[in-house]
Amino acid sequence: MTDIGWWGVPLAVIAGAIRVSTPFLFVSLGECLTEKSGRINLGLEGTLMMGAMSGYGIAYLSGSPWLGVLTAGVVGAAFGILHATICALPRVNDIAVGIALMLFGTGLAFYLGKPFIQPQAPILPSIDFGAWSGIPQVEAALKINALFLVGLALAPALRWALANTRWGLIVRSVGDNADAARAMGYSVDRARLLATTAGGFLGGIGGSFLALYYPGSWNEGLSSGQGITAVALVIFARWDPMLCFYAALLFGGAGALGPALQSVGVTQGYYLLNAAPYILTLLIMIVTCSPRRSLIGAPSELSVVK
Amino acid sequence: MPARISAALGALAEPVCIPLFALAASLVLFGFFVALAGVNPLDMYALIYQGAFGSWFSWQNTLTRAAPLLLTGLCTALPAQLGLIIIGGEGALVAGGLAAVAAALLLSGLPPLPVQLAMAAAAMAVGGVSIAVAGALRHYRGVNETISSLLLVYITVAIFNQIVEGPMRDPASLNKPSTHAIGDTNMIGNIPGTDVHWGFVFGVLASLVAYVLMYRTTFGFAARVVGGNVRAARMAGLPVGRLILLTCALGGACAGLAGMVEIAAVQGSANYSLVAGYGFTGILVAFLARHNPLAIIPVAILLGGIAASGGLLQRRLGLPDATTLVLQGIIFVVILASEALYGRVTWLRTQGVAA
Repeated sequence: MTDIGWWGVPLAVIAGAIRVSTPFLFVSLGECLTEKSGRINLGLEGTLMMGAMSGYGIAYLSGSPWLGVLTAGVVGAAFGILHATICALPRVNDIAVGIALMLFGTGLAFYLGKPFIQPQAPILPSIDFGAWSGIPQVEAALKINALFLVGLALAPALRWALANTRWGLIVRSVGDNADAARAMGYSVDRARLLATTAGGFLGGIGGSFLALYYPGSWNEGLSSGQGITAVALVIFARWDPMLCFYAALLFGGAGALGPALQSVGVTQGYYLLNAAPYILTLLIMIVTCSPRRSLIGAPSELSVVK
Repeated sequence: MPARISAALGALAEPVCIPLFALAASLVLFGFFVALAGVNPLDMYALIYQGAFGSWFSWQNTLTRAAPLLLTGLCTALPAQLGLIIIGGEGALVAGGLAAVAAALLLSGLPPLPVQLAMAAAAMAVGGVSIAVAGALRHYRGVNETISSLLLVYITVAIFNQIVEGPMRDPASLNKPSTHAIGDTNMIGNIPGTDVHWGFVFGVLASLVAYVLMYRTTFGFAARVVGGNVRAARMAGLPVGRLILLTCALGGACAGLAGMVEIAAVQGSANYSLVAGYGFTGILVAFLARHNPLAIIPVAILLGGIAASGGLLQRRLGLPDATTLVLQGIIFVVILASEALYGRVTWLRTQGVAA
């Protein structure tokens, strides 16, 4: 292996940004869509775990990682339906339901996932973009997973759809002024149901990436807070899918910092470096939020920004 | 029955009957769930009862597990009086436990009582600060307190691991990194005649004090006004910021004390076993008790019982250890859905009005 010394750190951070960001990207795009409809789903942390477990389990049982990804999406969508259905009841707080589904999803994933902790499922394929370089580290860094590319295409597509389609208009009007949307004859609950279901679908796919590509196995410590970080990331990204994409890259890079430094022999502060995405999230929220005004771009029906 | 008492009972009909109904519904749902795994639900109910409340032995186990839940439940319930949803109890517990160990190690050599008091004080201070941070960020920066308090849990656990495996590590702990032990003489021990440690008493006392504070003092009244309508509270000249900071700090202090109790009554030193999810179960305790500190006492005992029965379900029925997590999750979801029933069940309404 060519020794590239400390250059390995920025390279690993960039590679990690691409690799680690994919779950952030899918969860935040899903959450972005849900929040645009005026509801917040904190349960995506549980959805992520359920997606990871079911995706891994089905990939192992069927031998097809893509079937696993699809299953994870469907399971995530089911959790989205559950969230939206309960939230549509009178006097039910969407944040509390999110917390409940976070705990329920995590518990259920642990319960059902026991048999899948040992076996090795087939992982998702990746595409080599670095074969030209001849440097192994660069090749490793540019092995890009197909799901990342899907996410890359999805972000502008979602942005365009929210801005230019009839569906996008309905979602935004429901999220900005439910009464006005109702007066125009749209069903607020149904729009939110669909937005939350689609958001759950994407969240489940984000989870399947964790289990089926990086780190590429199923265990109970697989997701520790990626789901909730992605929820915070949407606020940072001002509810814009393209900004969600850049923010996910930034968070992925922060998440890759710990392992990257460790690979060149820096073992000090290992746990703290692994907590970098959470520290970054908190700092960003402190800097960008304000007690006096709503955030620009925030759906006005959203409880977290009221 | 005197009119006043029956009126009070009537007012209690909804907040007591609806959660009980939700609990029963959750148990039925959970019965279907274990039936899918090929387990007879009736066996499961019998085992949960046996493991939680079936014998003096199980009662002691239940009460021991209820101790941290009482305190972490308060960590969510107290800020909830102000309308804040804080879910950072796990972090405050872990930070409190570590602070308690640090205090005990610094003061080693002193008699047990001052050491124990210092442990409790350090744990409550650190726990209080960690939740007050979430409250302060909400009040001064408008940062959503639910998200920030959960992020603080992950950050706190990372700092905890860093310290336990770094500066405070006992070199003799090879496989499971731990701090030095606080010493047997500094352990707080059990209530005489039982295997239940004093932490349970602390938890019950804290719940009673919290109830009096929130429902019988001007401080509590002011806090609940903020929870009802923050603009009205500001107009009335209430010090909203101070109320938020103090109440969050009190809630965090309770969770910190839970950490101290786990160290000084169960673990003896700080290691990863402290991160056991008591903080997260505490969120469920608070919601199930509808954030009423008095109701937290029976609810924490009930959930302590469910946790205590986990081992029995695992051994006798071959269910995974995460089974009780699933039951807790189902209860949480159903209890929130049951919020929709308030004011809709005419039978409960007439009970209240007729009185």
